[in-house]
Amino acid sequence: MALSLDSHVPDGPLADKWTNYKFDLKLVAPHNRRRFTVIVVGTGLAGASAAATLGELGYNVKVFTYHDSPRRAHSIAAQGGINAAKNYKNDGDSVYRLYYDTIKGGDFRSREANTYRLAEVSVNIIDQCVAQGVPFAREYGGRLDNRSFGGAQVARTFYARGQTGQQLLLGAYQALAHQIHAGTVQLFNRMDMLDVVVEDGQACGIIARDLLTGETSRHNAHAVVLATGGYGNVYYLSTNAKACNVTATWRAHRKGAAFANPCYTQIHPTCIPPSDEFQSKLTLMSESLRNDGRIWVPKDPADCGKDPSTIPEDARDYYLERKYPSFGNLVPRDIASRNAKSAVDSGHGVGALRNGVYLDFAESINRLGEDVVRERYGNLFDMYERITDENPYKVPMRIYPATHYTMGGLWVDYNLMSNVPGLFVCGEANFSDHGANRLGASALMQGLADGYFVLPTTIAGYLATKLGTTPPPITSKAFDDAQADVDDRVKRLLSVKGTHSVDHYHRELGKIVWEYCGMARNKAGLEQALSEIPALREQYWSDVKVLGDGESYNQSLEKALRVADFMELAELKVRDALHREESCGGHFREEHQTPEGEAKRDDENFQYVAAWEWGGPDIQRDAVLNKEPLVFEDVTPSQRSYK
Amino acid sequence: MTNMLNLTLKVWRQAGPDQPGRFEEYTTTVADDASFLEMLDYVNEDLIAHDQEPIAFDHDCREGICGSCGVMIDGQAHGPQKGTATCQLHMRKFADGSHITVEPWRAAGFPLIRDLSVDRSAFDRIIESGGYISVSTGAAPEANMIPVPKDVADAAMDAAACIGCGACVAACPNSAASLFTSAKMQQLNLLPQGQAERWRRTEDMVETMEEFFGSCTNHGECQEACPKEIPIDFIAMMNRDYLKAKFANRRRGGQRKAG
Ligand SMILES: Cc1cc2nc3c(=O)[nH]c(=O)nc-3n(C[C@H](O)[C@H](O)[C@H](O)COP(=O)(O)OP(=O)(O)OC[C@H]3O[C@@H](n4cnc5c(N)ncnc54)[C@H](O)[C@@H]3O)c2cc1C
Ligand code: SF4
Ligand code: FES
Repeated sequence: MALSLDSHVPDGPLADKWTNYKFDLKLVAPHNRRRFTVIVVGTGLAGASAAATLGELGYNVKVFTYHDSPRRAHSIAAQGGINAAKNYKNDGDSVYRLYYDTIKGGDFRSREANTYRLAEVSVNIIDQCVAQGVPFAREYGGRLDNRSFGGAQVARTFYARGQTGQQLLLGAYQALAHQIHAGTVQLFNRMDMLDVVVEDGQACGIIARDLLTGETSRHNAHAVVLATGGYGNVYYLSTNAKACNVTATWRAHRKGAAFANPCYTQIHPTCIPPSDEFQSKLTLMSESLRNDGRIWVPKDPADCGKDPSTIPEDARDYYLERKYPSFGNLVPRDIASRNAKSAVDSGHGVGALRNGVYLDFAESINRLGEDVVRERYGNLFDMYERITDENPYKVPMRIYPATHYTMGGLWVDYNLMSNVPGLFVCGEANFSDHGANRLGASALMQGLADGYFVLPTTIAGYLATKLGTTPPPITSKAFDDAQADVDDRVKRLLSVKGTHSVDHYHRELGKIVWEYCGMARNKAGLEQALSEIPALREQYWSDVKVLGDGESYNQSLEKALRVADFMELAELKVRDALHREESCGGHFREEHQTPEGEAKRDDENFQYVAAWEWGGPDIQRDAVLNKEPLVFEDVTPSQRSYK
Repeated sequence: MTNMLNLTLKVWRQAGPDQPGRFEEYTTTVADDASFLEMLDYVNEDLIAHDQEPIAFDHDCREGICGSCGVMIDGQAHGPQKGTATCQLHMRKFADGSHITVEPWRAAGFPLIRDLSVDRSAFDRIIESGGYISVSTGAAPEANMIPVPKDVADAAMDAAACIGCGACVAACPNSAASLFTSAKMQQLNLLPQGQAERWRRTEDMVETMEEFFGSCTNHGECQEACPKEIPIDFIAMMNRDYLKAKFANRRRGGQRKAG
């Protein structure tokens, strides 16, 4: 059955939509707010900022995280920075330009009004964070400093050394801690949300499992907010924290929430290439490095094993500068990644395994001095050296693309509400603002825009309709069924007692998804993946080995539940990639490219959001495709050009 | 060049807080490119293959930033490499044939959960008691209105780099949490935005810290163990602020416990 996907984008000129909408929205009066309970799952930038703000407003908030502390969320690892249209550099930036860069960077596959609103509230985010004590980098005069990031020709990125995500998250975490202390927010740490409860078509609670005792419990609320991050770990190797997973959004999907554009994943161009089979994750080297580092490979494959300092200038191919003179090393991520892949695939890879390209700072060090480079990137250089045992002040870094971010996620309307009433989705977990490719420094912006400014406003419009009602009791049938289902999944996984570990299966799944649904995709490969994934999933459920019990701290069991959901999501992701017969942003179908090898969109047939509806366990057969057409009133989609 | 290392590990195993604990010995062979946690992953895969429960340990980002990881390695918090969290320690720092002892943080403020995993929520209680600047969303002035001198911003950032791992507590003979608490507090106390609540924050954070942790007697072990190399200067600043706070807060009397 087709879903009704009304985006609820308000009428009126783009620049006035949000202001007018806020005015028209129903409100909940301050004295009524404490009558509403809101569950927030996740304490990353999106969840922590949403929970803190809802608490400040006076709602009764319950916040859940599987981490031991809210401060550990994956957002902490973001390095490079956060965009905002402050135009402090007086270099021609504006809300409109940030919006335009974002929608173009996303290859015209995002919703215009959401993207504009994101740019609009970006300026408030910086104000808020500075007031909280986030120690952004400053100039000598005491004003905030900026740098530039990929896909933009202005410097609008705010940063705190190489630890921007950490500092922003700690700001939000501290605001949350304040509310916990004040009693408006109740924290449930080391609690894994394993299902959403839906009754009479409305989200009314969750089932969570205490990771230390294994006990499952029921929690009801007037609304549920998922801010549970992205699903990049479907590839096993990625830059995401090890525990990042899709369970929360996948379970919501199985309860009726549409999953939008699962095939849109971002492969980040500057990561440290894998070194051996022990590799457990990949490490990002911030995109900010592309400001001062130059990317090259030897022109002659025979030079690839040589000491790079012995390779003369004219024997090097600075391929991004050559192909994209106006953006050079700062082309958007998808383009930088694909070009690195073709350099390596054509035999120009460097390093012992020939699996990287150089990112070279020699020229910047000459021009600026080692001290300036150290000041800008010191901690990244140290991290690189710890991992590779090579000193990037002396030898060029070796980098290669790795999975980094997922633009796809649960479908939401302008209110950030999914198609299941009462179920809201914020941050990387939703699909809304980045289209088919996200620009650097825009995820932090989106997480905080959603959590501080958008959701706390729009949720009132929903809650206002619930005034005087209580959520269904936790003894209702919907809760009974959901909890029984969770308990059954736990029991089944423990009872398989097979031969291979959870990690083994996760790695196998990752190999399939990376091989066939990574940086470049084609029909035959995707069909191959669609035959391999269900087979692997079947094997998983009959052969996985999870030791220990369900009544104590059991990290294998935790992972086993997550990998089970990845096995399903992977199939939908590949299904989506197969159906999208065009190339756009991070989704590159080899069949659809320009003669120069750039992504070729097909606006006539694919200018829509693919919102998949759960149809049953045979995902490739039963998942139902719903389309939300993308209407551009303001911009005219064009072929992206960064030349 | 990758080299293989043969290692003998002595790892603390304890099924739960109230269960008896003991060291177990394991031998393994890993590449020196592997990180310490990848080495533990590898040991765990082997244990699972032999139907033994894997070693529980906390970790997440594996980039030295989330503060989840942390074990005592041969008696040193986060092991032998200075300024390096356990997840960023690589096996090339160990010689072939090494014997390595791996234990959890041991401190009364960090109750053991299982094997190498401990409960550090006391740190959250310290932050909740006052480690923030109260500014409700939307109430902030224009970001560039209050200039912050670069050296002040840099000093605040030095303090703010703390990842909340707890190595400072684990390394301290008194299990004190002064380095953590002072770093979190001084970040805010240094900035102009943090002045309004400075004295109240200082007193509340110190007193909450004392509920959970021992007293600092200036051993300086914390600074040596800290993966972010937070200097103990912040402890001196905290102590100074605490004395002032006691005085200032008494003067303000009834005002301070409000809200
Ligand atoms: C290495 C790295 C560097 C990056 N650098 C930048 C950058 O410089 N600029 C930028 O803009 N973006 C950057 N990004 C992207 C950005 O960090 C993320 O997209 C963003 O932080 C996601 O925030 P979030 O709040 O949506 O989710 P997360 O931070 O992933 O938080 C998810 C939260 O949900 C909780 N959770 C999830 N599932 C459950 C469940 N089932 N039950 C209970 N709790 C659950 C987790 O405990 C966690 O608290 C980077 C990403 C990486 C990997
Ligand atoms: S002060 Fe250092 S050792 Fe202590 S918690 Fe912070 S980062 Fe860890
Ligand atoms: S795992 Fe995050 S700091 Fe070590």
